[in-house]
Amino acid sequence: MKYGFLTPVLACLLTNLTPYAWAHSDADPIVSMLSFKQFEQSKIGDDTAAIWNVDAWIGKDYDKLWIKTNGEFAHGQRQDSSIEVLYSRAVATYWDIQTGWRGDFNDTENRQWFAFGLQGLTPYFFETELTFYLGEHGQTALKIDTEYELLFTQKLILSPELEVNIHGRNDRQTGTGGGLSDIEAGLRLRYEFTRKFAPYIGVNYHKKYGQTAEYSRDSGTDTETMSWLIGLRFWF
Amino acid sequence: MKTTSYGLSRRRFVKGAAGAGALIGIGGAPLSFGSDSLPKMKSPEVLQGRHFELNIGYQPVNFTGSHRIATAINGSVPGPILRWKEGEHITLRVHNHLHHDSSLHWHGMILPTGMDGVPGMSFAGIKPGSYFDYAFQVQQNGTYWYHSHSGFQEQTGVYGAIVIEPANPDAVTYDRDYVVQLSDWSDQRPEEIYNTLKKRGDYYNFKQPTVKDLWQDIKNKGLSQSWADRRMWNEMRMSRSDIADVTGYTYTYLMNGNTPEQGWNGVFKRGEKVRLRFINSAAMTIFDVRIPGLKMTVVAADGQNIEPVSVDEFRIGVAETYDAVVEPSDDSAYCVFAQSIDRSGYCRGTLSPSPDWQAEVPKMDYSPLLAHRDMGMAMSGHDMGAMAGMGPMQGMDHSGHDMSGMTHNMDMGQHSDMNMQHAMHKMPVEKPAPAGMGSQRKIAHVNTEFGPQVDMRSQSPMDGLSDPGVGLRDHQERYGRRVLRYSDLRNLYQTEDRRDPQREVQLHLTGNMERYMWSMNGIPFADAEPLQFKYGERLRIVLVNDSMMTHPIHMHGVWSELETGDPMHIPKKHTVIVQPGSKISYLVSADAVGRWAYHCHLLYHMPGMMREVHISEQGDLS
Repeated sequence: MKYGFLTPVLACLLTNLTPYAWAHSDADPIVSMLSFKQFEQSKIGDDTAAIWNVDAWIGKDYDKLWIKTNGEFAHGQRQDSSIEVLYSRAVATYWDIQTGWRGDFNDTENRQWFAFGLQGLTPYFFETELTFYLGEHGQTALKIDTEYELLFTQKLILSPELEVNIHGRNDRQTGTGGGLSDIEAGLRLRYEFTRKFAPYIGVNYHKKYGQTAEYSRDSGTDTETMSWLIGLRFWF
Repeated sequence: MKTTSYGLSRRRFVKGAAGAGALIGIGGAPLSFGSDSLPKMKSPEVLQGRHFELNIGYQPVNFTGSHRIATAINGSVPGPILRWKEGEHITLRVHNHLHHDSSLHWHGMILPTGMDGVPGMSFAGIKPGSYFDYAFQVQQNGTYWYHSHSGFQEQTGVYGAIVIEPANPDAVTYDRDYVVQLSDWSDQRPEEIYNTLKKRGDYYNFKQPTVKDLWQDIKNKGLSQSWADRRMWNEMRMSRSDIADVTGYTYTYLMNGNTPEQGWNGVFKRGEKVRLRFINSAAMTIFDVRIPGLKMTVVAADGQNIEPVSVDEFRIGVAETYDAVVEPSDDSAYCVFAQSIDRSGYCRGTLSPSPDWQAEVPKMDYSPLLAHRDMGMAMSGHDMGAMAGMGPMQGMDHSGHDMSGMTHNMDMGQHSDMNMQHAMHKMPVEKPAPAGMGSQRKIAHVNTEFGPQVDMRSQSPMDGLSDPGVGLRDHQERYGRRVLRYSDLRNLYQTEDRRDPQREVQLHLTGNMERYMWSMNGIPFADAEPLQFKYGERLRIVLVNDSMMTHPIHMHGVWSELETGDPMHIPKKHTVIVQPGSKISYLVSADAVGRWAYHCHLLYHMPGMMREVHISEQGDLS
């Protein structure tokens, strides 16, 4: 955790800029949320995998602690997974700045990053995350993730999602190449039995580019996959 | 035969008045019919006299089919109807049997600050297992109500009606009167509702625009027009269907404690004048009230007599009261129908010659959508089409479009509310416009309004005075219903304090729906300095609604004298609705020394959208 020390430093910096007293009023109680955004079984040909994408946060209106994790189980063991621990600060009407640590875990090489990003809602209601990462060996990465919701009815909701990963340089151990590495596009149709409980079906398209695709071909894995999804979205 | 405990004829009342302090509970239990599984909750009793014993405690209830524990006064939701007499000195001993602090606030009553019942301002609150003695002189008459001012107890049942008999002969003639108390009940705990809204501001909104609506629009108006209509909402990240934060999804609406299935019942004899004392005691629900087939003559607003206005429908904001006289000339059953502002539910009652009759329940009206004017946009009349070609940023300022809100926010940290007001008053001060006609001053957004806590600022707020409100604007054309407007209100008596205001205070109602944060001038109550009024001064308050919600704003201790256009007959209110993206002004005579609460009466807005008003000899006459 070479850059881990930056987290508290930055947190302190941001906290010191806070214009508001730490009020302990009823208006701003500590609230927490655990959200299984994606909790699904994916199927590519005969291969299946269990995938999770979970957010948890706790805090008040302005300051929150966020934990984001996603990853995949296949063939009875954990494949790629990642966890982020972030301090989140509301900075504009629809935007939070999030900064902290990210750890990537896979069967070859683990990676740790310092993360700095923006999370919020763009005009036209795109839930968006834009995060810059600085790795422990000086590598850099940028992740853009955006999601939209289209209401067919109050309960039947189609949700397209797009994730783009860009890396600063090649990292052979993790199989990521410099430049545009991969794009993931998902489309999920969910039915909200309640706001908090919604099963869904969907498709996910994943394509690797450039050197990332090269690494992939070298190791004999697909550079382009299309998978079917069935899952559950729920939160507390 | 079923009788109702609310039916207290005038003759009966006069007879009963002899027994001061006596408990007059007549009739059966409105909650004991309709279903066997209903709770064994008492119906609200009618208490009158000079001394009252009130007990706040836990009470099993069942409004929805599920058993829940309410917080009730004397074992009923609503609590007892208190009948007072103008001029009398009354005492009330309020016992708190809850595990938490409690309090009772006498809403709209003019009384000493220590008797106002706001913990932290008037007194320390009533500790569990303890009691508090309220004592004050009743200086007014009419219809009022009382409720807890602690936590979210209002949501769970701590409210009741107050009816004050005038010392002089009543200006309103009627043969019988009924309290019609509207409220909202949820099986969810209020803290859970509040936290849920913090997680997802639109959680309870099940009237959001869908693909189908878009398709309809495209078919009717064409693609480019539909795109243009939606453009501003999309760019501002606002929902046109954001009418009510908490809806019928979780609420069961009650009329005098009766669910819509049960219905409340009031009897009349043909030709009688029936005075209905409407009180909105809901936590979060604004109601639109009508009685199909009957004209309602509104005779009092917030307990104060007004020049009678005949209407078909009126909107009643949370905490407001309206007295309306109806005169059924035949032996029919009439439905007293109160639908929520977003049409997600209703409560109802029946007026009929026999308690067994049931009136036909009308369908709810269409679900309203917000218009551009609700964002405080300058525009001419109701012409929505004219907006189409207009760029989204014209006439509108919206922090989300860039990150500038951030720097403003950081700069402004140290400034208090009061500083802002000083700053505003140091601007070239012209004399405030004369009393009765409203403010002529420019609308200015102070720096504290910029930041994550605010999602909108009205650039050209319209006057909310003659606006019937969201969802009611076309009821005249569409249904032929005459809808009450604030501009209809004229005090029955002459204005007592005829002075022109010496100064103006402009306050902006602000919030962020997405984050569910509420404030005034962008500053939540916890971080705000009290507003300072000088004892004896006459001032004007201009409220500017920089949000798309309808906020009922209540000032304790002194009247809010709404400037409806006639300086000689200014109506006195205790709660004033501020329409979305609009402004409204009223006069205040700071004639009551003390610390008073001043807040939005929507329960989940109140923690943030609140100020303390400090009226003192020193005051602040900047």
